Amino acid sequence: MNKSMEPSELNADEDNLSIINISRRGFLKDLALSGFVLAAGFPSLLSADETATADKKYGADGMPHGWVDNPLVFVAIAEDGTVTIICHRSEMGQGVRTSLPMVVADELEANWLHVRVEQAPGDEVRFGNQDTDGSRSMRHHFMPMRRIGAAARQMLEEAAATQWQVPVEEVHAELHRVLHTATGRSLGYGELAKAAAKLPVPARESVRLKNPADFRYIGKGQLKIYDGRDIVRGLGQYGIDTRFKNMLYAVVARPPVFGGKLVSYDAQAALKVPGVIKVIELPGSPPPAEFNPLGGIAVIATNTWAAIQGRKALTIEWDKGRHGAYDSVVYKTELEAAARKPGKVLRNDGDVDAAFASAAKHVQAEYYAPHLAQAPMEPPAATARIVKGHCEIWACTQAPQLSRDQVAKWLKLPADKVTVHVTLLGGGFGRKSKPDYVVEAALLSQAMHGKPVKVTWTREDDLHHSYFHTVSVERLEAGLDAQGKTVAWQHRTVAPTISSTFGPDSKHQMPVELGMGVINNPFAIANVRIENPEAEAHTRIGWFRSVSNIPHAFAIQSFINELAVAAGRDHKDFLLELIGPARRIDPRSLGDEWNHGESPELYPIDTGRLRRVTETVAQKAGWGRKLTKGQGLGIAAHYSFVTYVAVVVEVAVNDSGVLSIPRIDIAVDCGPQINPERIRSQLEGACIMGVSLATLGEISFKNGAVEQDNFHHYQLTRMDDAPREIRVHLLPTTEFDTPLGGVGEPGVPPIAPALCNAIFAATGQRIRQLPIRDQLRKD
Amino acid sequence: MITLNINNAPYQIDLPTDTPLLWALRDHLGLSGTKFGCGMSLCGACTVHIDGEPTRACVTPISTAIGKKIVTIEAIDQDAIGKKVQDAWLNIGVPQCGYCQSGQIMSATALLKHNANPSDADIDKAMSGNICRCGTYPRIRAAIKQVAALKEIKS
Ligand code: FES
Ligand code: FES
Repeated sequence: MNKSMEPSELNADEDNLSIINISRRGFLKDLALSGFVLAAGFPSLLSADETATADKKYGADGMPHGWVDNPLVFVAIAEDGTVTIICHRSEMGQGVRTSLPMVVADELEANWLHVRVEQAPGDEVRFGNQDTDGSRSMRHHFMPMRRIGAAARQMLEEAAATQWQVPVEEVHAELHRVLHTATGRSLGYGELAKAAAKLPVPARESVRLKNPADFRYIGKGQLKIYDGRDIVRGLGQYGIDTRFKNMLYAVVARPPVFGGKLVSYDAQAALKVPGVIKVIELPGSPPPAEFNPLGGIAVIATNTWAAIQGRKALTIEWDKGRHGAYDSVVYKTELEAAARKPGKVLRNDGDVDAAFASAAKHVQAEYYAPHLAQAPMEPPAATARIVKGHCEIWACTQAPQLSRDQVAKWLKLPADKVTVHVTLLGGGFGRKSKPDYVVEAALLSQAMHGKPVKVTWTREDDLHHSYFHTVSVERLEAGLDAQGKTVAWQHRTVAPTISSTFGPDSKHQMPVELGMGVINNPFAIANVRIENPEAEAHTRIGWFRSVSNIPHAFAIQSFINELAVAAGRDHKDFLLELIGPARRIDPRSLGDEWNHGESPELYPIDTGRLRRVTETVAQKAGWGRKLTKGQGLGIAAHYSFVTYVAVVVEVAVNDSGVLSIPRIDIAVDCGPQINPERIRSQLEGACIMGVSLATLGEISFKNGAVEQDNFHHYQLTRMDDAPREIRVHLLPTTEFDTPLGGVGEPGVPPIAPALCNAIFAATGQRIRQLPIRDQLRKD
Repeated sequence: MITLNINNAPYQIDLPTDTPLLWALRDHLGLSGTKFGCGMSLCGACTVHIDGEPTRACVTPISTAIGKKIVTIEAIDQDAIGKKVQDAWLNIGVPQCGYCQSGQIMSATALLKHNANPSDADIDKAMSGNICRCGTYPRIRAAIKQVAALKEIKS
């Protein structure tokens, strides 16, 4: 949670519930006496109203509630000099509670040792967009955070100049002080805060940003993560850790099949379990799923274990509903059948049929990638209480405003009667963008007359009731001419769409999914046809880190390896030839209007950058180096979240077919690197998540329900099978005015194909169906 | 009512004796540093030390911990090696989301207490029960080696 909420405060007696509240208000009050926060209650000068008139279409402007760059909203300075910086995006391991405040601190010339970070509650009108997904936090908020820090710095300088009665040009801020060099005078930020708070916020046009050469923290990566000390001492407060004395603990039995309904239940045995207090029926909601809770039977108890035991003792009869026959084995054959017939044409360059007819060689392959569950180590959890008609939530959520709106809707409260406190997230990966579990907590608190209730999802709940990553068959065909050059390319992509979660009849992938490597494929091929046959969804489809880039990159980058082999060419050379010469492609010319939400002018697809990461990774990994029997290198490159990534995976497969991964090299061009240390850690993590999903990841359905119950069925890569060495190569950028790319997601997609290509190089065995699991085993 | 010795202090606990230690720690004693990840001894998030041995609290009934010395993440800094492990974790920047790290640190500390200079194979063996979904394994390995490289421990 935040520093002002130590666990002792969370352990408040129920009678003293307002302790938490007082603590938070107390924080605001203290600062109000002396710092910028004085004005924070007033309408902000530079916030939502003004952004409303800006171009709404792209980047942060295109997001709900855009961005806010008002220092009065984000910065408070206490008389003791402590600088408090608000972080309005959710921390889930990407380091955002370090990196965003660090940007403010840099422009503010603050000493990081005197900076504390406060987490914003869900309030997008005040803070700007808070949906922490899409690899967007730094990309969209770097410039607003810089302006916030710079504006606050100017106010401090102004205050000092006024006090000394010297022209403001003669003073400058440096590491928590304002100096007047001519006279050797200086004042600390704490001494200036009160006066500075009374000054007007400088107009946006007059905010003077630092020269990048003067950055103290930006681009350096020397800061330790803000929450590190708490984390290593077990004091980090995650959503699942919220605790009040005498609070109630709940687990919920949900319909095992999506769209299923409760027929009847018997709670007698459950109520006899020591600690169980009450059994409550939660309403379900008709499809589409949206962000609604699934309904079911909740067991309320005095601790989590008793609730789990109570749930085990329930007897429940469910009606499975229309998805009761969902079977992954059957569904795969349906996807394959769909992929073998023409579908909705999305892109049609040149004359594909003629090119196929005249091609010297015809190559065709189908790739299957199964459903996945995000499985954050902290399963979904949320606590709610309702005091005097005001609902307060503590939740590990990637979507605080959405959580607030959903709770308001379900409790029939105005949104200003709902407060969502954002805790640390023990991983998110897209799962915690869906606040169904938050609504459950609110409904159960309501049913318990406002008492604090925490809903904990067990791992079984998490795996059974995710918003799953889609499942797909990608069918690719290509024609090569006599010289082995690719002259025709056809890609059929078949996968249930995320939009089915919001509308029952959606059977085609939406632009957001298609723009993840399918239609915006930038290869230098004259004749290209891309089709999307229909697929019906039978479960809740949602975001998983990197989303549809995963199956698309797996298929395309594996297929390129197949083509290189067919053409008798080196894979890296063949890939570079397909990428073609350096050029900047308007994504709209490829039929991609989405472009990861970014301006096509600012963010064209730059094949020069894709070439550069490919060449870099090949060179760093020693592409072409001599390997012994059973070893192999594989390469893949993929552009996503407006970032360019290429990967070389080295594998070793022994005589029994046991796979190991001695090394991965990953080269990344994400534009300017704001916190290179956390970028590296994100990319290391992306390599391991990519390996995990490629080797082990599969959620399957039988009779409508998920077959995997816990980590013995849904396996994740562990220490012994993880790549032994990961080398991250960040392409140097010096220009801080070039636009930023995403970091959290783009590392994942190229891992699976590079790994499978390496396996082919090592063994001659082609993997076209994920996960690899024991496909290589000989014993 | 039973009494457990946790972090060198006695705690009275009034729960059915088959209640897993994990939930007694988290829900009744407010020691929430010990995490829930699976409840089936599959992920290591709930690792504590019982009489010095790394133990999964999610499958350890409180009855079996009576009379034993339980140490949780909240007190591991009082152990000389535990403190070094925490420092190495910060130094190398191991945590991402941090949720698994209590368990990782408990497992790593137990490993280093038993084996001052673990090989890669020793590290694999001791640490593979702890899942990290964020993928911090290379840094965990590096941090363990950093602690092992400190002279005071080697001697
Ligand atoms: S929660 Fe105990 S091992 Fe996973
Ligand atoms: S740091 Fe997130 S699960 Fe390990």
